[in-house]
Amino acid sequence: MALTQPGRGSISGTVSTQSGRGSVSGYEVVWASRDFRTLRRRFGSFSLPACVLFFTWYFLFVITAVFAPGFMRIGVFGDVNVGLCFGVLQFASTFAIAVGYHRCARRRLDPLSGRLRQRLEAGRKH
Amino acid sequence: MTSPAAGTLAATVGTPAVNFVIFAVFIVVTLVIAVSAAAQSRSTTDYYAGGRAFTGWQNGIATGGDYLSAASFLGIAGIIALAGYDGFLYSVGFLVGWLLVLLLVAGPLRNTGRYTMADVLDLRLKAVPVRAAAAVSTLTVSLFYLVAQMAGAGALVSLLLGVSGSAAQDITVAVVGLLMIFCVLVGGMKGTTWVQIVKATILAAAAAVTTIWVLARAGFNLSTLLHHAAASSPAGAAVLGPGLEYGVNTVSKFDFISLALALVLGTAGLPHVLMRLYTVPNAQEARRSVVWTIWMVGLFYLCTLVLGFGAMWLVGGKQILAAPGGGDSAVPLLAFKLGGTLLLGIVAAVAFATILAVVAGLTITASASFAHDVYADVLRRGDADPGDEVRVARITAVVIGTVAVIGGIFAKDIDVAFLVGLAFAVAASANLPSILYSLFWPRFTARGALWSIYGGLVSSVGLIIFSPVVSGQASPVGGASSSLISDPHVNFAFFPLDNPGLVSIPLAFFLGWLGTVTDRHPADSARFARMQVRALTGVGAERGGRS
Repeated sequence: MALTQPGRGSISGTVSTQSGRGSVSGYEVVWASRDFRTLRRRFGSFSLPACVLFFTWYFLFVITAVFAPGFMRIGVFGDVNVGLCFGVLQFASTFAIAVGYHRCARRRLDPLSGRLRQRLEAGRKH
Repeated sequence: MTSPAAGTLAATVGTPAVNFVIFAVFIVVTLVIAVSAAAQSRSTTDYYAGGRAFTGWQNGIATGGDYLSAASFLGIAGIIALAGYDGFLYSVGFLVGWLLVLLLVAGPLRNTGRYTMADVLDLRLKAVPVRAAAAVSTLTVSLFYLVAQMAGAGALVSLLLGVSGSAAQDITVAVVGLLMIFCVLVGGMKGTTWVQIVKATILAAAAAVTTIWVLARAGFNLSTLLHHAAASSPAGAAVLGPGLEYGVNTVSKFDFISLALALVLGTAGLPHVLMRLYTVPNAQEARRSVVWTIWMVGLFYLCTLVLGFGAMWLVGGKQILAAPGGGDSAVPLLAFKLGGTLLLGIVAAVAFATILAVVAGLTITASASFAHDVYADVLRRGDADPGDEVRVARITAVVIGTVAVIGGIFAKDIDVAFLVGLAFAVAASANLPSILYSLFWPRFTARGALWSIYGGLVSSVGLIIFSPVVSGQASPVGGASSSLISDPHVNFAFFPLDNPGLVSIPLAFFLGWLGTVTDRHPADSARFARMQVRALTGVGAERGGRS
């Protein structure tokens, strides 16, 4: 599921979109532009590793709980054991990834996507 | 469960009159909200997407309200109260799944769709059969989820209003259904959203107060709470670690892995969650709302951990199992133990409001999918009058609500959290692969989408039918549930796992790939370019912002 390049489409075969919102070829020009490639790379470079990370981390938790319950029962302090800490850490990591993505998106994605959007919308008026 | 013991217990839990008054207040508030929202609802966008006028935090809280169903509040705490740590595993999965929504789905989906999940597939693939398939899976998942909610409502009401006996319970389920149908009919998405916001706020407050109360009883020491809980459980210290429920044998272990996969991938495929993303003006607000939801849902599940162990300690598994609804009654019983009749009434009314609100959210999603996808696009070929479309949506809401009531009556003895787990498996199998492929895989074709949606839908529902859930044996979950067909001589369960996710989710992804690579019609690369430009920049997206 990569953000790879689609096969070479025929730019001459311009198809107008529903309700006349510009033409597909206009989108292809933007799609191939350097700004859009940067946007795509930035989107992918946070989202994909973050997805792999949380997925692996979550299944590590699940597999440990299922196949190594003894490890989860090791006490940490009082009656609080490894399993409970591991679970709470899943909560903490979820909050951290959510906040991290939100910040990254606001700083690195939104300005660029806003600029591209304006350019496309300005182009449409002509 | 309508044993005589349950009847007498129900009579002793609180005062039905007090509970009834609190319930009535909640119902009146809900209806007032719906009616006042109706006054400003005119267009199709108002009905389906609340005019796209909600802010990120409003929608975030409403989404939390939609997500924190009876399964979360009553179900998870109940499983923790009975089986200890294994219930906690549920809540982790329910929370972590939100990251997938945030990281890959929220912004792109808001940018490329108008009202339903099928809009996104349609923009990418422009194929009427794909829209029809997406509508079929949306309706199926919504119905599964609805039946789970209605089943919870029956158990709860019979506990609190002192209603025992099958017929009375069925009538309450029917009344719940009718109320929510009315709410959706007049209030549309705007009314439903406000109902969710109010409900989510009260739910969070009630959970926080009860949690602090439990912690105070344990001297604000988590270790002490766990110690007391373990001491009062027949299983002893075993409840503090995993394995009581899912560690029984190899089959139950794999059943849990299957459930875990369904939970983490299911959230991003739940139609009523995805549809909420359209109620905000743009993708940035959609993202912000998911972050709000993650905070709310996460903190809430941390509370249910305390509530579950609190119920284990202060109420005890024996009393919980004896109550109508079994595990689902753990939190109401805990509230009664702590704060007497009044706290019980409040907690019960909150739980009741939760069920009403989630039922409303699901009903509007299902009705939008039928009217917008099936009626306007498939039957009328995109040529429907908007007024007619909303009228069809309203009629569908009535039909869906009625089907849910009937389903809820049949499923009332099944554990709520467990039923929701099945809905997640169907959502992750039928919806998620085609959403991700359409957004990110250039070669994806309509054929791949059809294979993936129908393959995921048929395999997940089919495996449930041939699983121990429907026939053959008592399920290990919570000790309270058994097969739908209770006759032990009827057994066609050849699939050993209760949850089909481990098989059906990879299968649906595989079928989406296979259907695409064997397709002789190549993907339309211009369409993919347009899809991705729109998904990441938001150009051409319908914006809102009126309030």
